[in-house]
Amino acid sequence: MVRFLLSKLLYLIPTFLGITIVAFGFVRILPGDPVLLMAGERGVSPERHAELSAQLGFDKPVVMQYFDFLGRLLQGDLGNSLVTKKPVLTEFLALFPATVELGLCAILIATLIGVPVGVLAAIKRGSWFDQISMTSALVGFSMPIFWWGLLLIIFFSGFLGWTPVSGRISLMYYFPQVTGFMLIDSLISGQEGAFTSAVSHLILPSVVLATIPLAVIARQTRSAMLEVMGEDYVRTARAKGMPRRRVIGVHALRNAMIPVVTTIGLQIGVLIAGAILTETIFSWPGIGKWMIDSISRRDYPVVQSGLLLIAGMVMVVNLLVDLTYGLINPRIRAS
Amino acid sequence: MSDTVQLSSSAIRRQMLAEFWFYFRQNRGAVAGLFVFVLLVLTAIFAPVLAPHNPTMQYRDAFLLPPVWQEGGRAEFLLGTDAVGRDMLSRLIFGAQYSLFIGIVVVAIALVGGVIIGLIAGFFRGWVDAVIMRVMDVILAFPSLLLALVLVAILGPGLTNAMIAIAIVYQPHFARLTRAAVMGEMQREYVTAARVAGAGNLRLMFKTILPNCLGPLIVQATLSFSSAVLDSAALGFLGMGAQPPAPEWGTMLAEAREFILRAWWVVTLPGLAILVSVLAINMMGDGLRDALDPKLKRS
Repeated sequence: MVRFLLSKLLYLIPTFLGITIVAFGFVRILPGDPVLLMAGERGVSPERHAELSAQLGFDKPVVMQYFDFLGRLLQGDLGNSLVTKKPVLTEFLALFPATVELGLCAILIATLIGVPVGVLAAIKRGSWFDQISMTSALVGFSMPIFWWGLLLIIFFSGFLGWTPVSGRISLMYYFPQVTGFMLIDSLISGQEGAFTSAVSHLILPSVVLATIPLAVIARQTRSAMLEVMGEDYVRTARAKGMPRRRVIGVHALRNAMIPVVTTIGLQIGVLIAGAILTETIFSWPGIGKWMIDSISRRDYPVVQSGLLLIAGMVMVVNLLVDLTYGLINPRIRAS
Repeated sequence: MSDTVQLSSSAIRRQMLAEFWFYFRQNRGAVAGLFVFVLLVLTAIFAPVLAPHNPTMQYRDAFLLPPVWQEGGRAEFLLGTDAVGRDMLSRLIFGAQYSLFIGIVVVAIALVGGVIIGLIAGFFRGWVDAVIMRVMDVILAFPSLLLALVLVAILGPGLTNAMIAIAIVYQPHFARLTRAAVMGEMQREYVTAARVAGAGNLRLMFKTILPNCLGPLIVQATLSFSSAVLDSAALGFLGMGAQPPAPEWGTMLAEAREFILRAWWVVTLPGLAILVSVLAINMMGDGLRDALDPKLKRS
């Protein structure tokens, strides 16, 4: 297992370096003077330009600049936002819990509905349930989620008036952020109605974000179950007279879950792309909206480091998925 | 002699097509998807004939008119008008041109680029392969929409740049698929036979091996087509894709956002158009996969 872990880690190093090169190169291939772009200033005198250039390290050779960039990165220095002047890392860490909360809720919804639906569709293959659920899954998979979000707002917020349109919690409530997770913080605060308000704000965005992963998980679970149910060991278990429920629950499901766990893990990238759209529609103050806002405000230090942090995160999650895969499927470890 | 060879190879091709159609037809959804897709293509081709109005023409006496069946609707604007008095139906019809064009261009760039890169990696192996695949890993480490957004930020907002950005993001999928298929085929005897017969590298790559790797690539191309329609609409929605007044469905949605609680039609219809097109292409893709992937035929 240790060798497996080490080989995976070693494999990540070139990818990570590649990501840093992309983030580093991004600012340099932007049209315009990178010094002014990164300093966020315009129309400066030549002296000021030289000063900024030296301050930001642009007067050194590009290779040196890259190593400086890596060095600062390893020390956790990701630069400052041009707009807020705060360190990018501080901003990221402040907004990150909002996205994690949204993403976790979405993946929970997707898994808790997707897996049972997929299993049931596989068991009742060809039935009306199978057909309806798989058609819905295909619709979900094809859904432009930014439009889906708007539709849900029209119906639940506009027509029924059940849920708020945007934000994480009603402005009526104010309490210190302990964990950054609104659901937990509102509970800790003990204010009446705060938790309900947080839930009602969270529900629509997480449903929207869950849509595509839900469809993918349901389809993947169904096809994995169908494949496993045709295996010899399932037939043997049935032939031994084992109850159908036990055969499906223990023999088939456990093995079918191996590819499904991977699918769930691989949804992280989908979730982040989805979070950009979902957070924009619902004005959810997370990293997706932060990135979009920074791109449109030309806050390049934020875009640069945000890219790096997000890609690094996806990479780490994929590694964890790989490791889980190795844990639940011993055959992978051996090879 | 050459005539007989010609004849039999075209007969084989006919046979293959018949077999393909046999399996494709079994999937009713795929046939329905194909039908909708053909309708979409026809709409796009005949848009100037079909559309009752010019898609960018603003009728100053008709702001936010509802569809004809609702109170206040007018017969000349069947699906109502948008906030500046443009006919929704005409904009939706012309939008089909944008979506299909985007899909075709993105898939073409991603496919050609990915296939060449994948062929090189799979054919030559060694350090060439290692370097190419690490670069592909790096591209894949970024969430696709985010990378496309950043690329558009570099290239500048607009339809062409959005298409290039999306194509760059999709291209690793084709490269990986081609590489895997090529590596599988390289072991086969017909490749060795061709090599012994004196075929050069280029001929081996493009004429001997590539045609046998097409199945999964066609399926991936269909999937990428629908994703390209979705992602370009998303970029348009975020203001980074096609720019107003282009009747692109995502851009139309972005312009309609502030009216969501007042005028349902300006929001609902463009999204529905995106959903129906993407769904049709995905249904077709499912059928193609069933018909082209022998491993899945049995299930």
